[in-house]
Amino acid sequence: MRAFWPDYTMMIFAMGLVTFIPRWLPLLFLSRRDLPQWLVDWLDFIPVAILSALLAPLLVTSGPLPHLDFQRIELVAALPTFGVACWTRSLGVTVLAGMFSFWLLGLFWPI
Amino acid sequence: MPPSIASSVLGRGLSAAWPICLGYLPIGMALGVLGQKAGLHPLAIGFMSLVVFAGSSQFIAVSMISSGMPAFTIVITTFVVNLRHLLMSSALAIPFRGRSRSVLTLFAYGVTDESFAVNYPKLLEGDWHIEHALVVNHAANLTWIASTVAGGYGGQYIPEGAFGIDYALIAMFICLLVFQLRGKIYLVTAILGGALAVGLALVLPSNWHIIVASTLAAVCGASIKRYYRRLSS
Repeated sequence: MRAFWPDYTMMIFAMGLVTFIPRWLPLLFLSRRDLPQWLVDWLDFIPVAILSALLAPLLVTSGPLPHLDFQRIELVAALPTFGVACWTRSLGVTVLAGMFSFWLLGLFWPI
Repeated sequence: MPPSIASSVLGRGLSAAWPICLGYLPIGMALGVLGQKAGLHPLAIGFMSLVVFAGSSQFIAVSMISSGMPAFTIVITTFVVNLRHLLMSSALAIPFRGRSRSVLTLFAYGVTDESFAVNYPKLLEGDWHIEHALVVNHAANLTWIASTVAGGYGGQYIPEGAFGIDYALIAMFICLLVFQLRGKIYLVTAILGGALAVGLALVLPSNWHIIVASTLAAVCGASIKRYYRRLSS
């Protein structure tokens, strides 16, 4: 097994650099000036937009070449998880409730 | 900083970070197992987690390494997959106005989907400062590095899917999305973002669907908000 070889190390540093730059430049420059109102408005909707864009494909698509799939435990378990999130508004409780629902449904899947 | 304040910053940061850490454990271990199968030493996997610290791109990189792809292709793919953090850092720039460049640089290293989603609403509420947010970032970072290394050394002995832990991150996204539904326009934006992301995920490679869908959905949300503001003024 190869531990560290120069090519690997160089590649990792390059990967780190191209990952860091998009994380760094907006923080550095946008935090130093007055932003126009339209940009502030747009950025205010980024979190909700990005979370739903991250989440939805995890619930209703499957496979390495993604295709629509509505018969997923992930989707069914999302319903009680969503309910617990609205009801408790606690991240920790929701995560535990989601894990429990997913585990429980997995025992009986496919229904 | 007196010890009592320091410990309360640490305590509050860690109590916000633990759901992320719980979610990272199984994913990090899975990455470690795959990396080891791809011929990487567990410490080489840990080195990647330390330098890159971006889960989904690391999975893609490991699978590309094992299929013998050239390094240049792997680096370009990593860039595209992680470009979405550009949007998160832009949003974070508003609560972090005027902070020193060195603190922002340290913070930038730890911007991930999960830490962003935990920190951002708390920063908007106030009573949550960059120090708390840094504790969240670094607790998540340490857990990630440790779990990928642990996976490389012994992950294959852990039964798959134990305790439903594979669902931890999805449950976290669901809860954080609920926190973000602060009104009708946010709900519309969420539905639009989700629908667009699913549609685009079927046709676009790597993580482009996340970037395109969230950019467009946020444009719609902001346009609706501005339309109503103009109506009422």
